[in-house]
Amino acid sequence: MRPFEYREPDTLDEALALLGEDTEDTLVMAGGTSLVILMKQELIRPARVIGLRRLAQLRAIDATGAVGGLRLGALATHGALARSDAVRTHAPALAATFAAVATVRIREQATIGGSLAHADPAQDPPVTLLALDGVAVAMSKDRARRIPLEGLFVDVFETSLEPDELLVRVELPPLPAGSRVTYKKFLPTTLDDYATVSVAAVVATDDAGACTHARIALGGAGPVPLRARDAERSLLGRRLDDAAVREAAALAAAATDPMSDLRGSAEYKRAMAGVWTARALREVA
Amino acid sequence: MSRHRVRFSLNGAPVDVTVPAERLLVDLLRDDLRKTGTKDGCSVGVCGLCTVQVDGAPLSACLLLATQVDGTAVRTVEGLSSPLQEAFIQEGGFQCGICTSGQLMAADALLRAKPDATSAEIADWQMGNLCRCTGYYGIARAIATARSMR
Repeated sequence: MRPFEYREPDTLDEALALLGEDTEDTLVMAGGTSLVILMKQELIRPARVIGLRRLAQLRAIDATGAVGGLRLGALATHGALARSDAVRTHAPALAATFAAVATVRIREQATIGGSLAHADPAQDPPVTLLALDGVAVAMSKDRARRIPLEGLFVDVFETSLEPDELLVRVELPPLPAGSRVTYKKFLPTTLDDYATVSVAAVVATDDAGACTHARIALGGAGPVPLRARDAERSLLGRRLDDAAVREAAALAAAATDPMSDLRGSAEYKRAMAGVWTARALREVA
Repeated sequence: MSRHRVRFSLNGAPVDVTVPAERLLVDLLRDDLRKTGTKDGCSVGVCGLCTVQVDGAPLSACLLLATQVDGTAVRTVEGLSSPLQEAFIQEGGFQCGICTSGQLMAADALLRAKPDATSAEIADWQMGNLCRCTGYYGIARAIATARSMR
């Protein structure tokens, strides 16, 4: 690993001030699971690393009162989120998403904020958070802004965060009444691998069984975690019967833009995106 | 480029060292502190050989900067005294031994957090600790045996 200067601010203000200085070659470290590997392999060679571990207030996981939303601090670990009653109450599938990431060691170190800012399209949490209409809150020395997650992911390992901005938390709005949520990942080799493709689905239906709310998000299916908006629209107002599921699955597959890699060819991943979208929708239909 | 004072407890004893920012915990333990029970395997957090406990949580020492354990309590296999060790011997929980310290530290963290862990929970928890001899049945038996010895 190349030598670098390490700073460990004690307060959020101090962290934002450091980020507001000359930010060239400065990187932020949350849990460090991805950053440390990339630095060891010298795929990145930052001159300065700002470690966030002392910012305890960013670990908070809070339900936002009676309306039923969530505020997830950027430094909450996957393990803490998987165990959180507030997260389980909001959507058991969100807790399950965190519980299914890699291995226990990664889950106890990796954080939600780090996962989002790293922007690896094969990761799990961004997919479910996207389907739950998550919004990232970013702060800099002199401003704060809310970034709907779809606008956070720009490309592989690239986000719309400015160099002086810190992702401080993720907010989830209340779910429509009766919503059903699932996250499914296709793991053809080992359970601790990144998914070949993954799918998060959220649906709500009215008393007649017609779909009133639909979100379908895909992981590993393009350069960024993506929403299958045509597939979502195709479900609205319809009963979630086999024909509706098949049509939505085909539209979801068509929305993908996968890369060929060790986990499958682009063509295979596109086909699997359709298969696993159908499985996810049948589970929540 | 920067050096840092890192203070933590290692198996209950205080450690006070100054390290460069890029020093990894696994190298601090093995090379500087001569605690070589913790092994370095894949170096990318996958194999589990370097599993240590930091404030009770099983973590990969190869993915942690030494600075990240400042103020924590670190436990390595040198500080372990558990029925697990007898159970691994009794049940044939190891063959070549390279993964054993990591298996023990992971399993100990599980049984401390969940003394009544089911066989499925044991298998899920130990999933990240690879045994290159593929001696998983013996490892699983050993952990189940240690669970009932507590």
